[in-house]
Amino acid sequence: MATTTPVGTLYRGGDGMWTWVLHRITGVSVFFFLFVHVLDTALVRVSPEAYDLVIATYKTPIVALLEVGLVGAVLYHALNGIRVILVDFWAQGPRYQRAMTWVIAGFWLVVMIPGTYRMMTHTVEALFGSTP
Amino acid sequence: MTAPTIETPRSPQGRGRTGQRSNFELYSWLFMRISGLVLVFLVLGHLFIMNMLDGGVQRINFAFVAGRWASPFWQSWDLIMLWLAMLHGTNGMRTIINDYAERDQTRFWLKMLLYVSAAFIILLGTLVIFTFDPNIG
Repeated sequence: MATTTPVGTLYRGGDGMWTWVLHRITGVSVFFFLFVHVLDTALVRVSPEAYDLVIATYKTPIVALLEVGLVGAVLYHALNGIRVILVDFWAQGPRYQRAMTWVIAGFWLVVMIPGTYRMMTHTVEALFGSTP
Repeated sequence: MTAPTIETPRSPQGRGRTGQRSNFELYSWLFMRISGLVLVFLVLGHLFIMNMLDGGVQRINFAFVAGRWASPFWQSWDLIMLWLAMLHGTNGMRTIINDYAERDQTRFWLKMLLYVSAAFIILLGTLVIFTFDPNIG
């Protein structure tokens, strides 16, 4: 049987690889958004009208859903980043890395469920007017 | 028959033959962890304030920005967040380019594009925070 030398990545399959893949995907996505976000904010140096016009797109329902996605991506990246730091620096980190994956998954859901509800409530209220 | 020799762990590969070694990758690894920890608070705080508090994104407009940047506290928050996030993200992208772009030329030009655009965004964002004028227009 021919042996192959692993090249490129360290993780090969399993939850360790998938948390790492997700970390990269969320990182790149957030980085591209950051470019756009600095550019749209820079419009405050053009005129209040130009800024308000572009910010209005952030208030539309479809972009509001993308914002939920952004919050979810940033939150995952932050939680998994903390997990990576604990694996690197905490003596017991490598032993509990899989347990920590479940902890961050649970924490993510606990924040995202009410967070999504709140962000969507803002969008719906803006669309139809808030009811007292 | 001679026993196979195993290279000493962490012996310099290729580069470093001239004796010139740098700790750049160590510092960049450390920077990712330190900036990451600070960004957890700055970015999640920013997202919570902007998207969830009060009316969320629906209340954001020029007047809202003017109100926030009247305070040196939020100016500093945004400035530190801009620099740390851009450097953290650029370093992450550098790692990804190094991993997946296999041709030397491709790797070089992708990283040049990354560095030039990142420098532009950092300078633009810094300029906007420092030169913001609430009475413009």
